[in-house]
Amino acid sequence: MASSFARILSSKRKVGILSLVGAGSLTVGFFLNREQHVDAGAHVRRIYPPSAEYPDLRKHNNCMASHLTPAVYAKLSDKTTPNGYTLDLAIQTGVDNPGHPFIKTVGMVAGDEESYEVFAGIFNPVIKERHNGYDPCTMNHPTDLDASKIRGGQFDDKYVLSSRVRTGRSIRGLSLPPACTRAERREVERVVIDALAGLKGDLAGKYFSLTLMTEQEQQQLIDDHFLFDKPVSPLLTCAGMARDWPDARGIWHNNEKTFLVWVNEEDHTRVISMEKGGNMKRVFERFCKGLQEVERLIQEKGWEFMWNEHLGYILTCPSNLGTGLRAGVHVTLPHLSKDPRFPKILDNLRLQKRGTGGVDTAAVGNTFDISNLDRLGQSEVQLVQTVIDGLNYLIECEKKLERGQDIKIPAPISQFK
Amino acid sequence: MPFGNTHNNFKLNYSVEDEFPDLTKHNNHMAKVLTKEMYAKLRDKQTPTGFTVDDVIQTGVDNPGHPFIMTVGCVAGDEESYEVFKDLLDPVISDRHGGYKATDKHKTDLNFENLKGGDDLDPNYVLSSRVRTGRSIKGYALPPHNSRGERRAVEKLSVEALNSLDGEFKGKYYPLKSMTDAEQEQLIADHFLFDKPVSPLLLGAGMARDWPDARGIWHNENKTFLVWVNEEDHLRVISMQKGGNMKEVFKRFCVGLQRIEEIFKKHNHGFMWNEHLGFILTCPSNLGTGLRGGVHVKLPKLSTHAKFEEILNRLRLQKRGTGGVDTASVGGVFDISNADRIGSSEVDQVQCVVDGVKLMVEMEKKLEKGESIDSMIPAQKAPPL
Repeated sequence: MASSFARILSSKRKVGILSLVGAGSLTVGFFLNREQHVDAGAHVRRIYPPSAEYPDLRKHNNCMASHLTPAVYAKLSDKTTPNGYTLDLAIQTGVDNPGHPFIKTVGMVAGDEESYEVFAGIFNPVIKERHNGYDPCTMNHPTDLDASKIRGGQFDDKYVLSSRVRTGRSIRGLSLPPACTRAERREVERVVIDALAGLKGDLAGKYFSLTLMTEQEQQQLIDDHFLFDKPVSPLLTCAGMARDWPDARGIWHNNEKTFLVWVNEEDHTRVISMEKGGNMKRVFERFCKGLQEVERLIQEKGWEFMWNEHLGYILTCPSNLGTGLRAGVHVTLPHLSKDPRFPKILDNLRLQKRGTGGVDTAAVGNTFDISNLDRLGQSEVQLVQTVIDGLNYLIECEKKLERGQDIKIPAPISQFK
Repeated sequence: MPFGNTHNNFKLNYSVEDEFPDLTKHNNHMAKVLTKEMYAKLRDKQTPTGFTVDDVIQTGVDNPGHPFIMTVGCVAGDEESYEVFKDLLDPVISDRHGGYKATDKHKTDLNFENLKGGDDLDPNYVLSSRVRTGRSIKGYALPPHNSRGERRAVEKLSVEALNSLDGEFKGKYYPLKSMTDAEQEQLIADHFLFDKPVSPLLLGAGMARDWPDARGIWHNENKTFLVWVNEEDHLRVISMQKGGNMKEVFKRFCVGLQRIEEIFKKHNHGFMWNEHLGFILTCPSNLGTGLRGGVHVKLPKLSTHAKFEEILNRLRLQKRGTGGVDTASVGGVFDISNADRIGSSEVDQVQCVVDGVKLMVEMEKKLEKGESIDSMIPAQKAPPL
């Protein structure tokens, strides 16, 4: 994994970074060899032994707390990533948020790409638990953004009110939201909006900076349900993701309002393709095209997305590794939703339901947000196909119940294909 | 700690222009003082514990403030912060504390015998009396920056010191994370229990990390002397009782503090103090004495008098509601306390309260009789120094 980091120090980027350097004489040679950071830069103040610093996790119920033993803590607590990110920083959100008896949160974040490697001793078991047994040491994650492979995916508007696919992307070489400095965050913004400005045709659009947007623009974005707010969830604020708000945050969307990018919210970028109605196929086609175009445009300038063959796309929260993809619909299922077998059917189809306000909201009427459960270990194409196939089944069930016929719980589909 | 500011040397790869915070919409003391030149000068510095200028200012960057209320917008992570970042903190201190200069010296006087009067405030008007301050333990980082190990060490040392007190100071420690439901109920009923901070001013400075680890409340059996451990400062010390005998409250305050200090000194961890800034606390607003001495006093008539605010200003006092800072008064009862913290001593500040409240109660009585108080309006008290 280390070699993939050295790769980024290719000529174009070096020129870009050096041009930013001010008068500091220590910086030039310092930056060219990232390994030096560990000795010369990072300040890990260790006055007390790990046993005195080990957090009290007895009342905690999150993935980090389940796997951070005193031995693991002792082994990793004096290590830092080349940028200076530490284990204590990674786990702070999980220490501060013990969790809920029924909901198991992840309880830790990455401050940069290298976090997943330097702190693999805790990240790997957390990833394994969160992603149903996926083992980063032995397994490879498939990436597939070829939308032409999708079969079906055009649903009856009578049932499916809207379709949406989202993911996130991180810019390699820049720290993630929990750890980034103001300059890094501003650089993410520059790199991303520069690339988005190169999109053409149905993808052409405009950027709205949170610090500079007019009242009118703000109202329009609220009406379109595009505007995101400063995070209030302590899961995010305790990880430092709201620092310096709203500096270098913004929203980009295409003129047709079907392709949307959030800049520097919970990840460097969150990419969303959506439209009213049930044409999930078209939504996914636009999603793939947009992502691939943006990737091409940043590569022209010498940048790339954080990705590796074990973890797929690297994002801040371990729960979003792999594809980082949530493909879902708002669907009305008045009969099926009242059937006691509904949860089990969803489970076996590897789908999850949420309220129409998103995660942790209640359903309104009989309309649900149904999306894929899995993120890592299957490709984008596979996951979207799972959602499409699953939805077909759910709508069939709904129609059967409408006609007074009985339905069956489907056999559980396998996870890692 | 907190958050992502520990990798300071890496940050130096970026220019001042790229790193300087956008403070155009900000209204706090830090934002008024911090220039790019100042930031450029301070950004490669660290205190011995690794606190950086970005750590100092983060809370002020994240909380632009309010058009009417001027917050401080910066905190110290350790004792040395006030020295290493003096270019920023001295002007902030001056703005916040009425022009206190970098060369000024602060007086400390905890000799309760120097207080004149204070035992004769009319209990029909003065419902309760209270004096509070904070103390930081030398050698440990402050709440924005300390690690779990350090915070626990502060707790251990503090509890050891407090448990060795006797006589009227004999008491018990209630750690937040292991108190029983019954104990919690009792502490709430006594108005002693403190909660995890919710103010973004404190959260933005990292003071609620690892809650409730190593936090707790100690109080004596008589419930007149109370110490908060690891809330907003290492220690917050409170002496209080019903009625108007401020003299007794202040005596207990001074004696208790001095007893505790002796014990910490024996362990080579005295209180953080210097002759310029007095007692060192996390927030620059609490430097000097860190003392707020006050009463809950019934002033229904005086508080509606046209000159009430002016009288308070001249007496160098401030009013708050009975719920504390940023609350409204209930039933004409106000919390009246000293406005100054630095440049005058503990005795000076409590004297201010005692003299001022005595005068205001007399004014209230006059107004009850329908008489004028114009001849009683005081002259402007001189500011400290």
